[in-house]
Amino acid sequence: MNDAIIEVSNVSKSFGGVVANHNVSLAVQRGAITGLIGPNGSGKTTLFNSIVGYHPIDSGSIRFESREISQLRVQEIARLGLLRTFQTTRIYGKMNCLQNMLISIPHRKARFFDMFSYERGEVVERAEHLLAFVGLYEKRYLRAGSLSFGQQKLLEFAMALMNEPTVLLLDEPTAGINPTLINGLIDRLKRANLEFGITMLIIEHNMRVIMNMASKIYCLAHGELLAAGEPAEIQRNQNVIDAYLGVH
Amino acid sequence: MEQVLANVSVLAAMPIFNLGLLIDGLLVGAIFALAAYGLALVWGVMNVKNLAQGDFIMIGGYLTWGLGRHGIDPLLGIPVAMTVLWGIGWVLYRTVIRKVITRDLFTSLLATFGIAIVIQQGLNLAFGPDTQSAQANLPTLSFAGGLITIAATRVVGFVLAIALAIAVILFMKKSRMGQAIRATAQDARAARVLGIDTEKVYSFTFCLNAAICGAAGALVAMVWNVQPFLGTTYSIRLFVIVTAAGFGNLPGVIAAGFGMGVFEQFGGFVLGAEFQQALIVLLLLGVLAVRQLQQLRVRQAVQ
Amino acid sequence: MNQATPHPLTLAMLMLAGIAAPLLFPAYTNQVAVLWLMIVFASTWDILGGQMGYNSLGNIFFFGAGMYTSAVVQIGLFYDVGMYTSGARTTHIVFTTAQYFTGFAIGTIAAGVAAAVLALLTSWIVFGLRGPYFAIGTLGVAVAGAELIASWEWVGAAAGISMPVFPGAPETQKLFFYFLLFGLALLVLFFLRWLYSTNFGLAINAIRDDEEKAEAMGLYTRRYKRVAWSISAFFLGIAGAIFGNMTGFIEPRDIAFPTTTFNIFMILMVLLGGKGTFWGPVVGAVVFQLIKEVTWTYFLGWQFVALGLLIVIIVVYFQQGIVGWLMEKYPARFGIRVAPKDEEKYARSLGLAPHPEGAE
Repeated sequence: MNDAIIEVSNVSKSFGGVVANHNVSLAVQRGAITGLIGPNGSGKTTLFNSIVGYHPIDSGSIRFESREISQLRVQEIARLGLLRTFQTTRIYGKMNCLQNMLISIPHRKARFFDMFSYERGEVVERAEHLLAFVGLYEKRYLRAGSLSFGQQKLLEFAMALMNEPTVLLLDEPTAGINPTLINGLIDRLKRANLEFGITMLIIEHNMRVIMNMASKIYCLAHGELLAAGEPAEIQRNQNVIDAYLGVH
Repeated sequence: MEQVLANVSVLAAMPIFNLGLLIDGLLVGAIFALAAYGLALVWGVMNVKNLAQGDFIMIGGYLTWGLGRHGIDPLLGIPVAMTVLWGIGWVLYRTVIRKVITRDLFTSLLATFGIAIVIQQGLNLAFGPDTQSAQANLPTLSFAGGLITIAATRVVGFVLAIALAIAVILFMKKSRMGQAIRATAQDARAARVLGIDTEKVYSFTFCLNAAICGAAGALVAMVWNVQPFLGTTYSIRLFVIVTAAGFGNLPGVIAAGFGMGVFEQFGGFVLGAEFQQALIVLLLLGVLAVRQLQQLRVRQAVQ
Repeated sequence: MNQATPHPLTLAMLMLAGIAAPLLFPAYTNQVAVLWLMIVFASTWDILGGQMGYNSLGNIFFFGAGMYTSAVVQIGLFYDVGMYTSGARTTHIVFTTAQYFTGFAIGTIAAGVAAAVLALLTSWIVFGLRGPYFAIGTLGVAVAGAELIASWEWVGAAAGISMPVFPGAPETQKLFFYFLLFGLALLVLFFLRWLYSTNFGLAINAIRDDEEKAEAMGLYTRRYKRVAWSISAFFLGIAGAIFGNMTGFIEPRDIAFPTTTFNIFMILMVLLGGKGTFWGPVVGAVVFQLIKEVTWTYFLGWQFVALGLLIVIIVVYFQQGIVGWLMEKYPARFGIRVAPKDEEKYARSLGLAPHPEGAE
């Protein structure tokens, strides 16, 4: 019933004297899109970083597919199939889009001497297909660093898909995107979730976006879990509204 | 090998020797600590790792030696060296350093490395490859029936180094420029917003470091000797100290400076003088390896 | 690589030039031979420095390690090394032609292998470090190499080793070593041309562009770093073996592990020519050799001061190097395609418009 692919249990993390997360627990259901919201400074990105292995946690446990990952490092967790995108959108600037895709193949599957071959056929086709999926096919030979911010975000997304993740953690995927284009992005995220079966945990500030996409939402405030539930419940929750001071 | 064992057994048999080495190490370590402080300062404030630090010291040393040859007391070499090196630091800052602060770290490393080469080769051309030292004509004190000998020059050097270090630390704590420097080290952008002229701060810090090196160099010339290519060894030594302590940890840097002095004395005695350079380099690699292991044990934090 | 692989025609021209040089300019054979050595230095440094973003200040370690390995093998196959290095100057030790060449051949291969193994071992120490710590760490490795050899009696310590004498006329010797170095340089260039076209090339570029991102995508970064380091080491080791025999006498501080000369030259050449490009190191090596020959002749005594100044000037004012500068001016000729600035119309057709904020 509760097929939680990620289980965060009582995780706490402090930086020096500042408590970023205190006793936070959440569960991400397999195949679903889960949202993580909260005002600035509520500890969302810290929680993200804890899950993907960016820093150690002070206490608590994080399980991915029933396996404890809180002691593992970033590469190891990535190779297990848990990927993240960055708020600042990180891609390999000096290489072209296609190369960015080719280097994003799932490396857990590669054998040692694969590094001395070069990709052709299937892999290249898949890369091009995914680039088309995000609308960057015509730009595949352009230097990635010269693309616009929005295009780089899409490239980063495509690279994540190329890596065949089981779970994708997205950090503010619509930040900095022209409002008229957000629908296109939401659409692609949903399709990736349905067609590729990728579970998603998304940090979002744009309420319209996250309420539209997520089946369950967790709200953090001041480093603690404030509320959890379906979008409709969360929208009506007085605590959540207060936390945001009615801005959204 | 047998020689090494023999040396160790001497130390074990006569504890008084250990005391002598310890004292010597602390005396010399004071100079290391002073120069390491300067290196850590520049590193912390401007994120510039000055590979020419040891060579600045050599310039200071040669100036002092030069004064000595003209019959001037080497002790006067300290203010002279400090002044001259302040000027050199100012020139270097304006021509080179200023342009590499904002760039990536390798650029500043290479730039200072280039400066180091220019200095080394310049000194070699000017003074030749022989080692020189400035005689302060002070007696050698002996204790414990001749088993511990301490050159009075070393004691003087120690006192002066401590005095200078205290002066610098007080300056950093009390003066406005000192506070400005510390603010800039913490957050340059915030400092600028608050009206601090970070350009001036950077320039001052670099010049201050150069002057500190000048003073250290004068002491080195009195206590030891100088040679055009000896600068590299000092640079490596100082890097080991700052890396081991962490450049933000100033008391740690000073402590590590003393520690280095003691370590070298014991190491030099046990392994022999020829090994000294090798020892320092191996220590560098050791410190870097330990640092790495520390980072590996927990998850790698960002950087 | 983000540029077209080197045109076969250019490589062919280079080969022709190399073969013709000693025939057309026999007086300069040795200088051109050293030029090939410089190309090996520059190209191998660039694997780590330009392509992978790890600036090593200690590559010369492998050059020296290879040199000494080869010496030990060449001598050790036929005589006792310890005796040779201590007493050889008084006794007359002769190597027959067969002994010389078999020793040399085996020694050279052993040099490459030993250097690669040392690279794997030292990678534990240096590759956890980033940025400037890596640079200082590698410098430490190089200086440590020099000092350790200098205190090791068995290999002659600081006094060095006289290498086995080449059995043949001086003219033959010059040509022999010329073509060895030329051949090595070609080998390195062709090998790198292939290597950069594989996944390996993409991976090390990814590490250079954003190592944290590469890790976050599950790339085996440590593996690539070790292999890159070992490849550089292998070729440098062989170069050391050849050069050691060419000079006839080896010693730790100035010939095998010249931390202030060759070690710095390799960085300078790559910066001058253009980091991270295929031809950059080659162009840099050629230009640098020319400059060096000129200054050495006319500024004797001041050449190292000039060298230091050159480093500072290039690092501060001309970081992208010659080829880098060309690539910025004429990107199309290098196969680099950059997104055009006005793409409103095109972007709208795809439902994407460039965001006014633009990329960082």
